[in-house]
Amino acid sequence: MAEEITLSVFRGDRSGGREQEYKIPAIPGMVVLDALHYIQAHQASDLAVRWNCKAAHCGSCSAEINGSAKLLCKTRVDDYEDEVIHVRPMHTFPVIKDLVTDVSWNYEKLRQIPAFQPAVNAPFTMQQRDVDRIQEFRKCIECFLCQNICHVLREHDAKDAYWGPRMMIRMAELEMHPLDTADRVDLLKGAAGVGYCNITKCCTVVCPQGINITDNGIIPLKERVADKYFDPLGGLVRKMHK
Amino acid sequence: MSENIERHAYDVLIIGSGGAGLRAAIAAAEGGAKVAVLGKSLLGKAHTVMAEGGVAASLANVDPADGWETHFYDTMRSGHFINNYKMAEVFAKEAPARVLELEQWGAVFDRTPDGKIMQRPFGAHTFRRLAHVGDRTGMELIRTLEQKILTVNVDVFQEITATKIFTDNGRAAGAVAYYREDGRFALFSAKAIVIATGGWGKAYKVTSNSWESTGDGAALAFRAGAELVDMEMVQFHPTGMVWPPGVRGILVTEGVRGEGGLLRNSEGERFMEKYDPQRMELSSRDVVARSIYKEVQAGRGTPHGGAWLDITHKGPEYIKRKLPGMYQQFMALADVDITKTPFEVGPTIHYTMGGLRVDALTCATNVPGLFAAGECAGGLHGANRLGGNSLADILVFGKRAGDGALEFLQGSEGTPKLDDAEVQQEIERVLKPLGNEGGENPYAVHEVLQEVMAEHAGISRTGPSLEEGLQKMLELKARAEHMTVPGSRVFNPGWHAVQDVRNMIALCETIIRGAIERKESRGAQWRLDFADELDEYGKVNFVHKLEDGEAKTFSAPVSEMPTELQELFQLGAAPGIAKSAKKE
Repeated sequence: MAEEITLSVFRGDRSGGREQEYKIPAIPGMVVLDALHYIQAHQASDLAVRWNCKAAHCGSCSAEINGSAKLLCKTRVDDYEDEVIHVRPMHTFPVIKDLVTDVSWNYEKLRQIPAFQPAVNAPFTMQQRDVDRIQEFRKCIECFLCQNICHVLREHDAKDAYWGPRMMIRMAELEMHPLDTADRVDLLKGAAGVGYCNITKCCTVVCPQGINITDNGIIPLKERVADKYFDPLGGLVRKMHK
Repeated sequence: MSENIERHAYDVLIIGSGGAGLRAAIAAAEGGAKVAVLGKSLLGKAHTVMAEGGVAASLANVDPADGWETHFYDTMRSGHFINNYKMAEVFAKEAPARVLELEQWGAVFDRTPDGKIMQRPFGAHTFRRLAHVGDRTGMELIRTLEQKILTVNVDVFQEITATKIFTDNGRAAGAVAYYREDGRFALFSAKAIVIATGGWGKAYKVTSNSWESTGDGAALAFRAGAELVDMEMVQFHPTGMVWPPGVRGILVTEGVRGEGGLLRNSEGERFMEKYDPQRMELSSRDVVARSIYKEVQAGRGTPHGGAWLDITHKGPEYIKRKLPGMYQQFMALADVDITKTPFEVGPTIHYTMGGLRVDALTCATNVPGLFAAGECAGGLHGANRLGGNSLADILVFGKRAGDGALEFLQGSEGTPKLDDAEVQQEIERVLKPLGNEGGENPYAVHEVLQEVMAEHAGISRTGPSLEEGLQKMLELKARAEHMTVPGSRVFNPGWHAVQDVRNMIALCETIIRGAIERKESRGAQWRLDFADELDEYGKVNFVHKLEDGEAKTFSAPVSEMPTELQELFQLGAAPGIAKSAKKE
């Protein structure tokens, strides 16, 4: 492993900025977040980066490393042998400072999703096989890397038309809960815009939790919309069997 | 220059947006109060997410003999009987209801074959008791509370740092805080304040704690006149990662041992046989951590100074299903496949048992109108915390603190007043390090702090070394008065570190003072010069209070259990086991 690492880190704010180079000593097992902490402690104490756990549990340190959307705490510097490591903030959200972006839009949308409405009171009786798929969705750490990479949001900035993969997964976990009674299909078709997803699966690729966002979450939601709006007879049959 | 500030008025102000803070907010809001929650991170990112193994509650879904008496018994025994027994009692009684409530709000726990909430074994719990979701239980818990908070009427302020709690004639009156985004200040007046800011594990270098664990709320409350208790009790989790250096300290969940993981030394010996032949790997954390430490000291450590933990006999499929986070963590960070090979683990700072001294039922501190819940409060865990008890703690006492604050509102009159001059003075103090040069670098001060704590108040302690540590801490406190940082107010981590370091120093001084006073070994406190647990110290807690700016330490009697609770410890076995033996 090289003894010295070169990082090129975006420094700037809402009005703009540019990358700045830092050279730091390499430590075995170092992740990019460690490298940024070294810079903070020794070279630029005002370098802004969000982080909490450094263990890939909290989803705070999302950024773009050499063009890929990743968690800083889960990306090792020795993955970039003899390369300059370019670190930039998530592209889809407005920069506050350096690597910190304004992700408040996501929290606004989370608030607009109808909450869990169980049919009965706890304790519930549910089989493991019936909750396996929603447990997959509940692994989400809300890093918003999927939101960042979704081209509907990233290239087209269509935040008013489509709420993005994170919100789809949140709705999928509620819709597929064995005891939930609320109906979010109208919302999915309407304001949340599930139809805008054209299944490029970029979100699935970047998910640090390995959630199969498109295949297991978004496509079944699209099917629910199709059932209700475009297959009234099938929808009726399913309703009677519910 | 006088600063223009944003002003807010609330009935209940909650400082801290982890599990305890959110649960308190839900309770206070459901009672009709106007509630605000302040968190220094984004919502849902608090240290709660790092809890892995489970939440302890005697649901008795897999072991029908379990009940609150046995959970109480386990908690008191592991705390070495200096716990506040009343806290342990209400805790054991109410934990099951708090867990079921989460299910009602959308949490999806792992299931038993008959469709109930699954429970796993954990260190020093008599029965299989930890409700869990794989190895990400804390995340499930905070996500559920986050989702619940969005449905009740609570104002959540994200990425905002409180720096001072004000009092009016001794009563809590409000707090001043700044937004990390742009450094502008906000003043919150409140009729009651709940502190729920977690622990201070960042005072140590090898730690499993997130950056937030700097003890802000406990330090703020201490400065406002609140008492701290059991500060010497700092928990080393036996199993943190030890290699490579970049990941040293990151938690390896106790769930690995709960699921059958075995500890071995460099000679292949299952060394827990020597230290706790009955409970083996599932002994209490203080015992396992010390055992690993002793093996390493005796020259039987792994290449990088730890012990081997082996779960390979459970097979890849089982490991990936029950411990998916651990599997990924070792693959990604250490190039180790835990389904194929044993891995190195060693003690890491995990939890602070001590904290604000509170009333067991209302969570009230000695400062009227000021409440505390969760890791920042002391008393429940005594000298050592059981795994899984902290997630249950934040639920039970989060709710109790919210209810306690409500009850206080009903019994009190008027709104306490904030003194504008005092507020301006605090803002000037907070701004002073910014853009100045020539002072101490907060990161450097933090590093020294961590070195002092590791050297003098670590896993093993002695009187002379603690005394030396205290002198160093007092010197560091003086140095820390003059920290400076470059840059502006806009999201400036160096400036944030100034506040964090100041808070940790205030608390670390009391850790050392408590450790000096407790001239015995008990739970997490291991004194090489006083190796035995002594009856006389089992009767006291050490309490710290600020008097004229100086930390004063005094002893207070441990509250004595009533006869019916004492009898639970005289059955010859844990209550659930004794009871079922009787039936047979």
